[in-house]
Amino acid sequence: MDRDIEAGSNYSSNNIQNNESNTEAVDHVSPLPPRPSRKLSDDGASGALHVAAASKPTTQVSTIDISTLSFPDGSRGTFSTSATSATRSVASPQSSASGYTSPRTDPAETVSVASYPATLRPPGDLADLVTGEFNRRSRAWSMLRTQSSSVQPFEASRTGACDSLAGFEKEFDDIPELGEKGITDEQRLSLWKSKMKHYMILSSAGKPIWSRHGDTSLINSYMGVVQTIISFYEGAKDPLLGFTAGNARFVISTQGPLYFVAISRLGESDAQLRSQLDALYMQILSTLTLPTLKNIFAHRPSTDLRKPLEGTESLLSSLADSFTKGSPSALLGALECLRLRKSHRATINNAFLKCRSDKLLYGLIVAGGKLVSVIRPRKHSLHPSDLQLIFNMLFESGGIRAGGGENWVPLCLPAFNNRGYLYMYVSFFDSVDTAAAAAAAAEENNNSNNPEQPPQPPPPKPATSPDEEIAIILISADKESFFELKSMRDKLALQLAKNGSLQLIQSAARQRRPRIETILNTNNSQSTTTEGQIGQLSHFLYKSRANVQFCQSSLSPTFESPPRSSPSEKDSVSSQRKTEKLVSRRRLMTLYHHLHASIHAKHSHLKVLHLVSEDAASLAWITPVFEFYCVAGPNMSRGRYLRSGFGSWNEKWSILRLVAWLQLLKSGLVGCY
Amino acid sequence: MADTNAPKPSSSVKLVLLGEAAVGKSSLVLRFVNNDFQENKEPTIGAAFLTQKCNLPTRTIKFEIWDTAGQERFASLAPMYYRNAQAALVVYDLTKPTSLIKAKHWVAELQRQASPGIVIALVGNKLDLTSDSAGSAEVSGDGDDTAEDSGDARKISTEEAKTYAEEEGLLFFETSAKTGHNVTEVFTAIANAIPETSLKSARGPGASHAGVSRTEEQRVNLNGPRDANAKEGCAC
Repeated sequence: MDRDIEAGSNYSSNNIQNNESNTEAVDHVSPLPPRPSRKLSDDGASGALHVAAASKPTTQVSTIDISTLSFPDGSRGTFSTSATSATRSVASPQSSASGYTSPRTDPAETVSVASYPATLRPPGDLADLVTGEFNRRSRAWSMLRTQSSSVQPFEASRTGACDSLAGFEKEFDDIPELGEKGITDEQRLSLWKSKMKHYMILSSAGKPIWSRHGDTSLINSYMGVVQTIISFYEGAKDPLLGFTAGNARFVISTQGPLYFVAISRLGESDAQLRSQLDALYMQILSTLTLPTLKNIFAHRPSTDLRKPLEGTESLLSSLADSFTKGSPSALLGALECLRLRKSHRATINNAFLKCRSDKLLYGLIVAGGKLVSVIRPRKHSLHPSDLQLIFNMLFESGGIRAGGGENWVPLCLPAFNNRGYLYMYVSFFDSVDTAAAAAAAAEENNNSNNPEQPPQPPPPKPATSPDEEIAIILISADKESFFELKSMRDKLALQLAKNGSLQLIQSAARQRRPRIETILNTNNSQSTTTEGQIGQLSHFLYKSRANVQFCQSSLSPTFESPPRSSPSEKDSVSSQRKTEKLVSRRRLMTLYHHLHASIHAKHSHLKVLHLVSEDAASLAWITPVFEFYCVAGPNMSRGRYLRSGFGSWNEKWSILRLVAWLQLLKSGLVGCY
Repeated sequence: MADTNAPKPSSSVKLVLLGEAAVGKSSLVLRFVNNDFQENKEPTIGAAFLTQKCNLPTRTIKFEIWDTAGQERFASLAPMYYRNAQAALVVYDLTKPTSLIKAKHWVAELQRQASPGIVIALVGNKLDLTSDSAGSAEVSGDGDDTAEDSGDARKISTEEAKTYAEEEGLLFFETSAKTGHNVTEVFTAIANAIPETSLKSARGPGASHAGVSRTEEQRVNLNGPRDANAKEGCAC
């Protein structure tokens, strides 16, 4: 419906640009005349469109600000500047056959995208752009640095001094404690104020419960101020939701007797900050359960909740830090899965189901924070926010992993049932040694011998990085079922070791995320041009809405320094790299947050958003089936998006191929949970 | 371990660690099991289960260790862990007087609720923070520093704790998980203190007793050793 309106009012054809871009200024100041011929075809297709609109991505809306330059050789070029003004909407017609279709059959993951040419066609305007002559440039023009497609996203800010993220590398440093030598209170306060993100939790009586930065002596007075402000509005029955002070955004969330405050200078939207606060609330519920929390405050409203929450501060902090660093999982409300062949996953699932104990409620296998397999009762699904809490506990904070051994953790999964506890058995395959597991198989009578825990003291640091650690998580409602679940885990470990699945998981976890050029090149071997390497996307996020799962491309090399080649590298160098990585990752995530906020803004009805700024060009595309976000260098203006890279392929073709590849990949994802 | 199949008789002993939060229970276990130490270890959540063997001249003891979380909210789960336990390590922090009070509560609860005949060891941890650690920890070069800059952080005298331990019939040690001082000794002493009789019954059939051991038929020696005793004292 929206697209009809847009097609009528905002319509401007890309054909104009395609055919005439060499001779006519493409300038937003002089709006392009509507093209009757296109209009006609649009009308002609509209009947079919109404049918197709419900299920297919149709409307393309791009916000882009295009300016024009003339060159001595007579050619003109366009380049895009910051997309703050002059939004040009382009609505495109689409024939009922166009748009990609997800394969009906059950394709093996090996199937090349190229083998689906009939279904893999871009929406109308893209096709026009692809086939047209839009944006041809002279050599001299394309050699200009400002036009060079080799400029990576955020390159300017990476070297420039004026950087909104200056100081972000110190974001996670601790503030020195009271009385530490050589540090005055004022210095501590200015350190505290220099943090770009704060979270505070306090009771409605004004008692501090938790704060990400600063100890009680430092923040108590601020907590008091916060409580006064919130209570004032609460008293007026007009709850305060948020306000802005300078460049900091304050967002407030009230949950019963608890006040949650987020203060951010990182540019997240209110909705995003609020969902972060909700996650912190969930973490508290996960520790206490809702009835307990209510009881505590019903009896004594002035209770100090820090005591009952003792020991979970690190969980709250790691949750908060994952938001501050920027977590695609939290942003998209989805989980990342380990890439595995479908048949392999089926093998794992079957082994998992076969070993199932009667006491089991949920069972998960997780490798490096990515889901490998889930088993659950038919009636109960697992909510992503609950899984987020579990993943945070296991992979972000070190509490469980560091202790070694097996763990038995009472926890409440608030989205499942916020009134009671479940019991979670956790076992990490520390130094996964399939040979040891096989040896244990032979040694049946010594059953209690745990194959992954050699009794002799192993070297202090296991060789596996946290990215590759495999954990088995078994959740039961029965607090006495530890040994039952333990024997289930032993059986399962044995099974997985026997049929080789363990090794498959390990190697899949070691492979890391796919690089974009690898994805595209596997399907098109001739696109080995150098331009293909540089003039391309830097990173993407893809969320499958039905599965509530997402996947992303490798952060390296643009947003992450390549893995260290020599372990003997100097500490200072590696720590510098680490902070660099932290900051560039945050830049990327800030951009994604911005895209996400814009495209999900109320009443926006956007389907595609193309955003070009000084730093980077990015694109968001949402359909009922998926959400797709990608980022490229700043000079990847729309024309560049379309024309450059990959030999005969161009950028949006690449995106389409990418999306098609992801659609195929989806069949290999874990499936609904 | 090399001597898994050694002719020496081996038996399992269920051991539970109790004590206030942040006294170093997990660090003691980590030192004993992995010979490792982590500064600023994050708090245990729930409980961790670890195993480690301890070789005595006449036999091998396989400790099945329940390392519990010290926070108040987990206290209600403690009976699940000390039920049928043959040994308990009650840990306090030498530099924190309240932790000894808490330890005394745990000892009383164990004596009241746990299986009779349970071997309890009282352990004062963080000896490296006191000045008298200089003698024992000098090898690591740490001792002198501590003595110099912060002096003695000890708040609970050896005599005070020792007297209490003797009154209650507990084993008593002062340890440092950081330097490793006395850690293995605690576990060896416990292994030695477990009465031979209770270990003899280890191979007996019918180990299924109490909820925990329901699935343990094949794991013969898990709850076996305490079987005889557990039947007498199962009123809990």
